[in-house]
Amino acid sequence: MSKAPNALTGGASFSSHGIRREQDIIDALPCDSVLPSLTSLGTTEHDRRTFLKLASVPCLTACVGSSVGAWPSLALGAAPVPAEDSRFIAEAQFYEKLPNKKTRCKLCPRECVIDDRERGYCGVRENRGGSYYTLVHSRVCAAHIDPIEKKPFFHFYPGTLAFSVATAGCNVNCKFCQNWDISQSRPEQVRNTYLPPKDLASLAQQNRCPSIAYTYSEPVVFYEYMREAADAGHALGIKSVVVTGGYIQQDPLKKLCQGVDAIKVDLKAFSEKYFKEVVNGELKPVLEALVTMRKLGMWSEIVYLVVPTLNDSDAEFRALAQWVKSNLGVEVPLHFSRFYPQYLLKNLPPTPLETLERAKAIADAEGIHYVYLGNIPGHPAESTYCPKCRRVVIGRIGFTVTEMHLRKGKCEYCQQTIAGVWQ
Amino acid sequence: MRQGLEPNRREFLKTCAAGAMLAGGTYRLPAFFSTREKTKVVNSRDPLLRGVGSSFDSGRLLKMLDRAMQVLYATDSPLAAWKKVARPGEVVGLKVNGLAGRGISTSVLLVQLLCARLQDAGIPQRDIIIWDRLNADLESAGFRIATRPDRIRCFGNDMLGYEEELATYGSVGSCLAKTLTRVCDAVINLPVLKDHGIAGVTMALKNLFGAIHNPNKYHLNVGDPYVADVNMLPPIRQKVRLHICDATTAQYEGGPSYMPQWTWPYNALLMSRDPVALDYVGWQILEQKRAEKGMKSLRALGRSPDYIATAADPKHRLGTNDPNQIEVAEV
Repeated sequence: MSKAPNALTGGASFSSHGIRREQDIIDALPCDSVLPSLTSLGTTEHDRRTFLKLASVPCLTACVGSSVGAWPSLALGAAPVPAEDSRFIAEAQFYEKLPNKKTRCKLCPRECVIDDRERGYCGVRENRGGSYYTLVHSRVCAAHIDPIEKKPFFHFYPGTLAFSVATAGCNVNCKFCQNWDISQSRPEQVRNTYLPPKDLASLAQQNRCPSIAYTYSEPVVFYEYMREAADAGHALGIKSVVVTGGYIQQDPLKKLCQGVDAIKVDLKAFSEKYFKEVVNGELKPVLEALVTMRKLGMWSEIVYLVVPTLNDSDAEFRALAQWVKSNLGVEVPLHFSRFYPQYLLKNLPPTPLETLERAKAIADAEGIHYVYLGNIPGHPAESTYCPKCRRVVIGRIGFTVTEMHLRKGKCEYCQQTIAGVWQ
Repeated sequence: MRQGLEPNRREFLKTCAAGAMLAGGTYRLPAFFSTREKTKVVNSRDPLLRGVGSSFDSGRLLKMLDRAMQVLYATDSPLAAWKKVARPGEVVGLKVNGLAGRGISTSVLLVQLLCARLQDAGIPQRDIIIWDRLNADLESAGFRIATRPDRIRCFGNDMLGYEEELATYGSVGSCLAKTLTRVCDAVINLPVLKDHGIAGVTMALKNLFGAIHNPNKYHLNVGDPYVADVNMLPPIRQKVRLHICDATTAQYEGGPSYMPQWTWPYNALLMSRDPVALDYVGWQILEQKRAEKGMKSLRALGRSPDYIATAADPKHRLGTNDPNQIEVAEV
């Protein structure tokens, strides 16, 4: 991957932090004279400490809530937007050049055709003079240390921490998005910090996180950064896990599977109608991505956010479970999560518990081995049960693992193999 | 550059007639002379706008602007017309379009003339703001970023940022630019006349995408109904008072980027208080040019700007796209 030449950016300095009163901004010239930034993060002990403080405090809240923490909530309206910085800009890996300086993005199935100086649907990739660039390489807008159960991964290194990062941008626009203030923003509209791949891996290691999670927004849109960070992590023995909507083309997906260790897919629904009206995406490519992951041996888990009246019918639950069983197998964990009113879907109530339990009952009846209910702390369906003896092999309350009865990937009671990636 | 603002009615009509003859079009009485009220779109043209060179004759451009204002507001003088747009004490935003650089962006000269006329109407410099999405867009179009509070200011949304709360209508949910919500009392919308590879055309309605934080989300389905829905967001609907489409240079293919091979000197300003009618008229001009050049219509290419009709539907009522209800005043 080649970095964009400096000529593209004019060599302007980057600084994004510090909220100032509007009048200050209007009065102040030049516009790049803003407060000190954290762009030197990682270069001194003091800066590193500052960053870790920022990163760890939200984690405490994250353990008890569903929010991604403090950074995203400060995203929009954070006033002075940074001038460009070439450190964040790298040529995109998947696109083709078209006549008249147009480009066609080949990263996600949307295949945006983009004019010069325009961006794709994701808002973080830009055509500049007929070449296509990512604007979010190492441009982290959210970083937290989370239990890996929060992603959720229930069968991948349970009870460990994941150093979790995101950049701005997303290639869909779900009406229920809980992180819309970063996912539906452009990188210059949120607070960012420079966190190159090696520094990210080092931070994960220093904080005893066995894995880096690419999450909160949509990692597909910061693909190049994710790939490099995964390589940097592996060099230090750190795994990489991806939390994605799975709306990605086959070629980049296959290359991604070579570099990461687990992928959780937010399947969102099992109808094209819902994907068109609520997600602004397509179901078919997501299903194809799941099948490809399975064929490549990638550990995958599926989340299905149950939204009242929109994707909560028995028929849809059953069709989903049957498809998973037929195409992925019964050992792929299936998480049914509770919806809370967010973003553009504030007119609907939270998912009734009975609906979620109905979904689980249908999936259980279809033979799926590991069916979970999410966003209901304390519910028995948060725990992992041995499919053979039905005893609890991993007990959980919320994101906390309370008991573990696995021995080398097997149920310690009956020796049944439990599918997953265990320590 | 500044010229007298108070011609009498005879001089005004003479100017209109001369303008019509210069434009080579059939002069029709402006709408305010007709008995039946229609939505008015003024097409103010001057084929000699550029003289023998490529740069504009500022005097002619000012006359085009003045003629259009007088016809649109049915006044005896440009000053009287401008006084109907904004009152002293109001902050007036000029929403330009600088995305495509100098080749096909809102003319700096046109904006200078507008600023002069606003000042004539009693709007002090400190209450005039030229704005667009990004400082970089403004600069590439030839504007200079200026933030001194006692002068005309010029900056992109990246200076003040966006509201944290979502504004929603129909299919859209967006954070609006604080320049629009907190600074401007009135907005004059200054799009350009050009083709758009995704949305069909981009003029008055589409130009307001520059007031939201997530325009990249709303180009699906040729912008329908998103463009109309964005224009329904209350601060946009309530504050935009006038649309002046810079059609001095127009582009009938290859937009929104500047593609010189598909531009032509149309030498016109399209002006209306109805963005739907203006867009409809502008769209027909582009289609006519495409036909002249032997190109397929936008509908044949699958990018007919149906959002214009949506903006006129009973749900939106942002204006009319009914040609029988539109009076095109060519001056």
